[in-house]
Amino acid sequence: MKYIVIVGNGIAGITAARHIRKKSDYKITVVSAESEYFFSRTALMYVYMGHMRFEDTQPYEPYFWKKNRIELIHDCVTTIDFDAKTLKLEQQSDLHYDDLILAVGSKPNKFGWPGQDLKGVQGLYSKQDLEAMEANSKGVTQAVIVGGGLIGVEMAEMLLSRDIPVKFLVREDRFWGGILPRADADLIERQMAQHHGLDLFKETELEAIQGDDNGRVKSITTKSGETIPCQFVGLTVGVTPNVDFLRGTTLEIDRGILVNPDLSTSIPNVFAIGDCAQFKRSNGMRRSIEQVWYTGRMMGETVAETICGNPTNYSPGHWFNSAKFFDVEYQTYGWVWNELKEDEEEFIWRHPQKEILMHFVFDKDTLTFKGINNFGIRLRHEVFDNWLNQSATIDEVMTNLRTANFDPEFFSTYEKEIVAAYNQQFNKHIQLASKKWWRRILA
Amino acid sequence: MKKIKQIGLIVFLFGLMFFTSLPFFGKYNVSQSQIETLLTPQEFENIGEELVTTVSGKEFTTSKGLSQEIIAIYEAKNEELKANQLWDKVMWTLPSAFAMKIAQATNESGVTKSTWIYFLLTFGLGIIGALMYILPDLVLLGPAGIKNNGVYFNTATNRGWIGIVTFVYLAAFYIILYFYPYVMVNQISLLDPIKGWFIEGEKASQWFLYGFLYCIVMIVMGVKMLIKYRHSKYQIVRTFSVVFFQVVFAFLLVEILPVFGLPGVDLKNAWPLDYDFLFDWNVKSLLESGNFGKFAFVWGIGLSLVIIPLFTYYYGKRWYCSWVCGCGGLAETLGDPYRQLSDKKIKAWKIERWMIHLVLVFAVVMTVFTGYHTYNEMNNPGMGEKEILLGISAFDVRTWYSFLIGSIFAGVIGTGFYPIMGNRVWCRFGCPLAAYMGIVQRFKSRFRITTNGGQCISCGNCSTYCEQGIDVRAYAQKGQNIVRASCVGCGVCSSVCPRGVLKLENGPESGRINNNPIIIGKDNAPTLNL
Repeated sequence: MKYIVIVGNGIAGITAARHIRKKSDYKITVVSAESEYFFSRTALMYVYMGHMRFEDTQPYEPYFWKKNRIELIHDCVTTIDFDAKTLKLEQQSDLHYDDLILAVGSKPNKFGWPGQDLKGVQGLYSKQDLEAMEANSKGVTQAVIVGGGLIGVEMAEMLLSRDIPVKFLVREDRFWGGILPRADADLIERQMAQHHGLDLFKETELEAIQGDDNGRVKSITTKSGETIPCQFVGLTVGVTPNVDFLRGTTLEIDRGILVNPDLSTSIPNVFAIGDCAQFKRSNGMRRSIEQVWYTGRMMGETVAETICGNPTNYSPGHWFNSAKFFDVEYQTYGWVWNELKEDEEEFIWRHPQKEILMHFVFDKDTLTFKGINNFGIRLRHEVFDNWLNQSATIDEVMTNLRTANFDPEFFSTYEKEIVAAYNQQFNKHIQLASKKWWRRILA
Repeated sequence: MKKIKQIGLIVFLFGLMFFTSLPFFGKYNVSQSQIETLLTPQEFENIGEELVTTVSGKEFTTSKGLSQEIIAIYEAKNEELKANQLWDKVMWTLPSAFAMKIAQATNESGVTKSTWIYFLLTFGLGIIGALMYILPDLVLLGPAGIKNNGVYFNTATNRGWIGIVTFVYLAAFYIILYFYPYVMVNQISLLDPIKGWFIEGEKASQWFLYGFLYCIVMIVMGVKMLIKYRHSKYQIVRTFSVVFFQVVFAFLLVEILPVFGLPGVDLKNAWPLDYDFLFDWNVKSLLESGNFGKFAFVWGIGLSLVIIPLFTYYYGKRWYCSWVCGCGGLAETLGDPYRQLSDKKIKAWKIERWMIHLVLVFAVVMTVFTGYHTYNEMNNPGMGEKEILLGISAFDVRTWYSFLIGSIFAGVIGTGFYPIMGNRVWCRFGCPLAAYMGIVQRFKSRFRITTNGGQCISCGNCSTYCEQGIDVRAYAQKGQNIVRASCVGCGVCSSVCPRGVLKLENGPESGRINNNPIIIGKDNAPTLNL
């Protein structure tokens, strides 16, 4: 019987294990240095904020793994001998695999700043980072966060929940400028301004971090020469594949483990998925390294197919993502770039008072709907996925906007205002269709 | 703002302390003439003399002390009568009710004289303090949105010491209310003037105190609920609805109807939650109260057999459990801070299914027995032993049901255990009406919770805050609709979801139960049923 060893028990590794079990009788072992059981990385913030206990972030009860014959080893892989197909572990005996899946995730970026390894300076990725943050944030009266992305805003929310004021340093001229268009970032910045204790510093970069006599951070300086006293520094300038322990082996590595479209690596019977995988050829508009929950899951599904005898290329469908910035929910379907592309046109609707915004992008000539960023309104994934599949026009999307709404019952709806504004801006006469049972418009 | 909150807490605790201390103070002098007027002729014949010699002329400082002596005499006499088989002389009033009658009439404590002052010191301070504690959250919690910060750090909501103290207090309150109501004579007297608004001169009962307190607690905690979930119109509308049905249907109408000589029925209370519907006294009182009584009887049957299943088909059981029901109403207001304490393990689900359906069976059996007895009472006047069916007495069955399910499970455990097992202990493990509607909801309903394509990140907020202990995430992460008998549709899973994944929906039955769900993402995504 084939023996599959998976290194890493995050969403990618665990999805692969579950799907292999579903399709086969192979022996499966998952090794993790981070935690005994699979947990939801995206939920770590809620543990710090007291919304949940750590065990609540574990999607499966312990019995699940035994029942499905997925062996879990809580140990650290020190080296891998690809020729002998052997993993050396720190404490337990060696593992001899037939197929190996590397799902080793990422680690927070550090760009060689002076003082970046002082006490009280950290990123947020792993369970250990959460524990470090619990210890590091004790007694802190001022925190600095460097890097304005999803983890940065999460960390800000976490610290504010403990009444720790945060100075948030962002390199770009707006929040999450590499991803969000100006109007969208403005909305998030307005939301942030409502939360006391949070100061956003745009176009500000970290120069160095200074420590006190105990080796603990006491201040930072910015590139413009400003000094900010602080006892905690969060480094949230992205993550990088956690592959240092594999460098120097025969495995081809660039920033991440280089993979073919089917997620196989340069070595036979070795696959890489999730955050640590880097596609040799990029996949359409997608980045060569995708560090998102959903893509980790999809890669896990894909590699399971291949390993179970159905060679399959990673084919991730239409882009989607979501996040929550303090109290504002964000979803996106299709592509909305931070700057409009040449052949694209956009339509933005913003609620006059509330933090609600819809940002539609479509093709200038064909009017084909390309993507949407929506804030403060929930939209139905199936419906948008279907529109993207069928290359629906922006007019079709507008007409059926009511059916795509996923907000809870009784919520105020704004489709009328949105379509009226669209009609006015583009001189159209779209008639808003009444809400249909959503499956009907998929049929 | 934080100061106001702190002062509010202190004020509230003072109110609570005054309220709790009332049973320990008082003055009760029972005179001979009072005994003569209060007792029925039968009672007077049995124990009048003994009461006069032992109780009157003696000053009691607590209603408990007085009542216990009265009860001892009452029970001893009954034992003696039963031993001598003098059945026509045996007294059938509950001993505690008999003692209450005397204690209430002879209460000379300050509460009966300066009732409004005492009312302000107890209810007044409690309400003002609670509101001072709650209202600053409008500012302190920041912009509208889910604010569960620190829920698991707070000893009141993480089964810490405040939670345990709350549990002991609530459980003790219910035990006293159901089994030793005479302890609360002073507290009941607080409401005599308010009871008097409905029927002049009438004294409040322990049930009036309970109903009034229930309404106050639901209104005050409803305000807290409204502030906490003010970003969600679903939660706002729902909270207004449960509070409205409690205050108007369960309290005001029940008090007002008798003013017009009509039976004080709670028209929203449906069998089998309303387990005494077919008890002989209930059926008699309804059928003997003219057209309205007859209407109430027919309404009760129609509510249980037609409206309940029909509405559950269209909207799921939520229309009752978290929009109308009193038990659900208390759980959604007073109980909201405890919702995360419900057990999500699969083992708990197994126990739940056995337990709630056994209670439903018990309720049905009990109703058959009492219905049989009631039918005989009304239609077979000549029949002997009208209550015996299959060799078992209907009285015994209903006594056991009232004690085990009606009092212990629904009250002491159902509410007492809020701070330990979450706010829906009764609704999840014990309510026969919930079991009945659950069967409809699971097999024949348009209601489901839809999951939004591939957006779930398995964070677990939904499961954590499900008061019914449903592992919502297990479905959401597979892209599977949540169709569960126990879901009361409170909508909090949807409210706390950070990615907009969950939506409570009523829709066509086809495709409602998707056991082989597709999760959007990878092309041709396979099933994820593992």
